[in-house]
Amino acid sequence: MGAGHGHHLHYHGHSAVHRLPAHLKILAVLAFVLVVVLTPRESLWAFGVYFLLVVVAVAASRVPVRYVATRMLVEVPVLGFALLMPFIATGPRVDIGPLSLSEAGLLGAWALVTKATLGLMASLVLATTTEPRDVVAGLERLRLPHQLVQIMGFMVRYLEVVTGELRRMRIARESRGFSARSLGAWPVLASTAGALFIRSYERGERIHLAMLARGYSGRVPATHPLTATAAQWRQAGILPLAALATLLTAVTV
Amino acid sequence: MSTPVLDVRGLAYAYPDGHQALFGVNLHVHQGERVALLGPNGAGKTTLVLHLNGILTAGAGSVTVSGLPVSRENLMEIRRRVGVVFQDPDDQLFMPSVREDVAFGPANLGIRGQALEARVVDALDRVGMVDFIDRPPHHLSFGQRRRVAVATVLAMEPEVLVLDEPSSNLDPASRRELADILRSLDVTVLMVTHDLPYAYELCPRSVVLSDGAVVADGSTRDLLTDDGLMSAHRLELPFGFDPRSIPAP
Repeated sequence: MGAGHGHHLHYHGHSAVHRLPAHLKILAVLAFVLVVVLTPRESLWAFGVYFLLVVVAVAASRVPVRYVATRMLVEVPVLGFALLMPFIATGPRVDIGPLSLSEAGLLGAWALVTKATLGLMASLVLATTTEPRDVVAGLERLRLPHQLVQIMGFMVRYLEVVTGELRRMRIARESRGFSARSLGAWPVLASTAGALFIRSYERGERIHLAMLARGYSGRVPATHPLTATAAQWRQAGILPLAALATLLTAVTV
Repeated sequence: MSTPVLDVRGLAYAYPDGHQALFGVNLHVHQGERVALLGPNGAGKTTLVLHLNGILTAGAGSVTVSGLPVSRENLMEIRRRVGVVFQDPDDQLFMPSVREDVAFGPANLGIRGQALEARVVDALDRVGMVDFIDRPPHHLSFGQRRRVAVATVLAMEPEVLVLDEPSSNLDPASRRELADILRSLDVTVLMVTHDLPYAYELCPRSVVLSDGAVVADGSTRDLLTDDGLMSAHRLELPFGFDPRSIPAP
């Protein structure tokens, strides 16, 4: 009955990184990614330093490397695109072995891969050490408009309920001998999606009634606002500030 | 007699599509009573419940809660006084953790800080779920979620608890645990149910709603043993259950 555990990203732990308030981690990751994106792609060594910094952050989170590595696989489509760039980009070309590659394409691919990888690793540090609901609470603390916060909160809460419904519908379909093997199955899948939409819409209406019944008046009251100590601010600042120092050195030297 | 907790007089309601669900319902529930609201599917039970806390507004007639009429300007106080526990706990538990969910109602009433925490812990204690306070609702069993749903309403310190099908989808042990909890609460209860043995076990008095009108109101035992009434309103006792052979609880 939808009671399974949905922690596809979060890794339960009690490291210093786990204990940091969510809003500080979100800010730190955002700042780090900004610095990485701003770094000129020619500053090769700076990216090396960034990589070391993120590795240190992963180590501090005490999340097993293997756990992080398998979750890096979402990057594969980006890598595929990056591999194409040297072949399809125009401009002066260099010959590497039998291949004639575009110089600009090589540089672009390098920048894309490094920046995407660094951004993903930093995001994974956040995602593996913070429960989804805490991420939502952190965004609320950062004053994201409360409608957006509520939408995200409901998504986190109801993702499993809706996927549970989808799973039961699939089992019911297959129990009556259906298998999605050919194009002919698409109308059935489409009507499943339609039914799921209607069910979710109706559930939304029932939830709204239940909220009204408990005095909801357009705003979910913040009962436990997140707080952070000066020490926590300093801890969370290590990663982005070290990255910023690296960037400044790279640009000025 | 004292002012009834729930006083419904001549309540009629038609949905916007023209379908009339209630035709002049009269119902009085006094403090400390536990009343079962029985009736076949489509009798208007849920429509009636939605009038009790002002989610639907009466087309004709009136609803009064401890002397306070259900009207737009009283809505907040009405919703504090009437706690509705909906049938599907997944609809009722919408916050990311049990603690936040139970806090939702009292926080809407403006309670904060220590007083809020005390209400949350107390409400969860009354349903035996304090140990689950930091869990997300979707990691609880169905029976546990139903109990937390009851706590979310208890935290508002209602004068009457309205339960929509409280025993549905519960296994026998969870069903009994919920019955024990409901008996232990010092609060007026109106229970909408198809589960006639459950009504017999928990509610000394029952009201039968059929086709949008109250057709019977009396002791649960008398109603359940009135074969003519039962069959006229599509009410049937489960196989093997005979209230005549069981002493009144």
